[in-house]
Amino acid sequence: MSKSYVETLADKDARTDGRKFDELRKPIKIELGVSNKAEGSAKVTWGETEVFVGVKMAIGEPYPDSPEDGVLITGAELSPMADPEFLSGPPGPEAIELARVVDRGIRESKMLDTKKLCVRKGELVWIVFVDIYPLNNDGNLIDAASLAATAALKSAVFPKLNGDKIVYGDFTKTKIPLNLMPVTCTVVNIGGKSMVDPILEEEKNFDARISVSVSEKGDIHAMQKGGNVGLEIDQVDEMIGLAVKKSAEIRKVLK
Amino acid sequence: MGKILIEERQLVVPGEELAEGMDNLPGEGAFREDDKILSLKVGLAHIDNRLLKVVPLGGKYLPKDGDTIVGKVVDIGMYGWRVDFGWPFFATIPLRDGSREFIPNGADLRQYYTFGDYVACKITKVVGSKIIDASMKVPGTRKLSNGRLIKVQPTRVPRIIGKQGSMISLIKEHTDCFIVVGQNGYVWISGGEPDKQLLAVKAIRQVEKEAHGEGLTDKISEFLKKESK
Amino acid sequence: MTYAKRFDGRKFDEIRPMEAKVGIIKRATGSAMFKMGNTIAIAAVYGPRDVFPSFLQNPSRGLLRCHYDMMSFSVTERKRPGPTRRSNEISRVTESALFPVVDLSKFGNTGFDIYVNILQADAGTRTAGINAAALALADAGAPMKDLVCSVAVGKVGDKICVDLTKEEEDYKDGATDLPIAVLPRSGKITLLQMDGNMTQKEIKEALEMGKKAVQSIKKLQVKALKDKYKGAGK
Repeated sequence: MSKSYVETLADKDARTDGRKFDELRKPIKIELGVSNKAEGSAKVTWGETEVFVGVKMAIGEPYPDSPEDGVLITGAELSPMADPEFLSGPPGPEAIELARVVDRGIRESKMLDTKKLCVRKGELVWIVFVDIYPLNNDGNLIDAASLAATAALKSAVFPKLNGDKIVYGDFTKTKIPLNLMPVTCTVVNIGGKSMVDPILEEEKNFDARISVSVSEKGDIHAMQKGGNVGLEIDQVDEMIGLAVKKSAEIRKVLK
Repeated sequence: MGKILIEERQLVVPGEELAEGMDNLPGEGAFREDDKILSLKVGLAHIDNRLLKVVPLGGKYLPKDGDTIVGKVVDIGMYGWRVDFGWPFFATIPLRDGSREFIPNGADLRQYYTFGDYVACKITKVVGSKIIDASMKVPGTRKLSNGRLIKVQPTRVPRIIGKQGSMISLIKEHTDCFIVVGQNGYVWISGGEPDKQLLAVKAIRQVEKEAHGEGLTDKISEFLKKESK
Repeated sequence: MTYAKRFDGRKFDEIRPMEAKVGIIKRATGSAMFKMGNTIAIAAVYGPRDVFPSFLQNPSRGLLRCHYDMMSFSVTERKRPGPTRRSNEISRVTESALFPVVDLSKFGNTGFDIYVNILQADAGTRTAGINAAALALADAGAPMKDLVCSVAVGKVGDKICVDLTKEEEDYKDGATDLPIAVLPRSGKITLLQMDGNMTQKEIKEALEMGKKAVQSIKKLQVKALKDKYKGAGK
């Protein structure tokens, strides 16, 4: 679709799928426990975008500069399964950005109480792996993956420990200690107009994009701008406002 | 004397037996193994006297001579234009078939169709997978402007067009839109206000989804009347 | 000690409960999910599509290329994302298992790409992957002369069994894993691998057991394909 079409519609205050500028796609659904080998897992259906996120735990040495903190490692694999334009091979810039943006939302909101993930100061801490696998890409993987990550972490339990070793396959009933629940909401700017939750054709034709990670209290913990066009401060402010407003609606799905 | 094992329009899958006997023949979508005719595809079986074929219900569009397709101009050269219509290889519109007007020597070909332009063209030759020639000279071909493209499942195209174009005409009437349905599943919609274009899209998607239902024309007519208010 | 009763109570020639669904990934040309017990495989097919680099193109037929992977959280101990020697090998044998039935002679210079991913692993991942891939290929409209049905046969302790679980693979008195793929109409074997300890006679017995058992896989595959188009035709 030529850029001018998506922009032409934007000029007329319309979107290709008929949504309003401040309207999220429907349905947005979460299914928990989609993989029984994971300590926690979730599948998010976001319109036609579908994303799996799994949480796996390991145990090991802490980083030297944070001896009493557990470790969070977030990764994303953009398999060509989900989109013919994804390439096989090691994570490219899109996969890395996706992982890092989701990671920042979790990390900066201090969703994980990393101090409670310490087993023995300076020696042994829990390592939490969050792995993102899109299944079908119809745009806005960031928000869908973020929601799936939050849901997967929220439902995740510790594996059993035998001394200093994990008994793989044996789960406890103890949930991972969490503080806040961050939710990410992405707003794109097309032809000067701001709209929330871009579908694939909007993602291919936006001027700029801002993803905002918000916790329950309405505090913003992470942001990421994408796209090659510069934004005025007023526009940025408008986009952030829209993102924060809609994040409450997204959060409702978490229940 | 051979035996036909399925009914007309029966849903069959790969490897399913359609007929027995050497006097029966495999058509498109079927193959012979020993004295049996079997299906190669997931689709509906058709019996044409002794010829058994299977019309697939899914899968990509396979370019055919005589089909009108919609595609995007992606390259221009001395030879003419190349069009991306969703196939691994592009269609070529040779210079001599580029336009109903005469194209003078040394003309700027971008004036006719430039990069990113959508066109409705007719396939004139298919050789293997790589060579697909198309023409912009024959009826039913034109440059497409000021509109949007949606992609539908190519196997649903006949339903979307309807008998003698009845379904697509119905949608055009109620939305005041200009619509071209390419056999490759690329559908161009232009003219009309955004909300009318969106209505056309919704109607087409509904036909696509319910292609197998009875009384679909009435259903779509109801839908269009309701949404037009 | 004899393996008198299977851990999950199944008969020795019985496959685990299975589920199959076709058309689960909208963007793909064809796709399917196949579940065998607790093992869940997802397959997506894109094709015909271009082949890069172009020197790989075969003018007389389309290429069939399979890419097998496991999600990091599909196994008890996290699997680091990315290809491994194991996933590479499984990709190759999956291609070989499917190749004999797919007729890509009219698709020269193009290719069909099959992506298989494991969501949850409890042994038999490559077999569930092949079952899903066969469905996804049919869903994508690739011309196929038959479906392909795969199951792991083998020996647990002293008993020949069909469709081993992870628990059975790890059986303390030894187990042999023998994944096979069968073309259901002809009974021909297109995947054959083994690791463990069995006699030639036992292997033959296991193969015959497997050939019989896969008929239930074929039934499920046919149903999954037809369910997608319920209401179409007769």
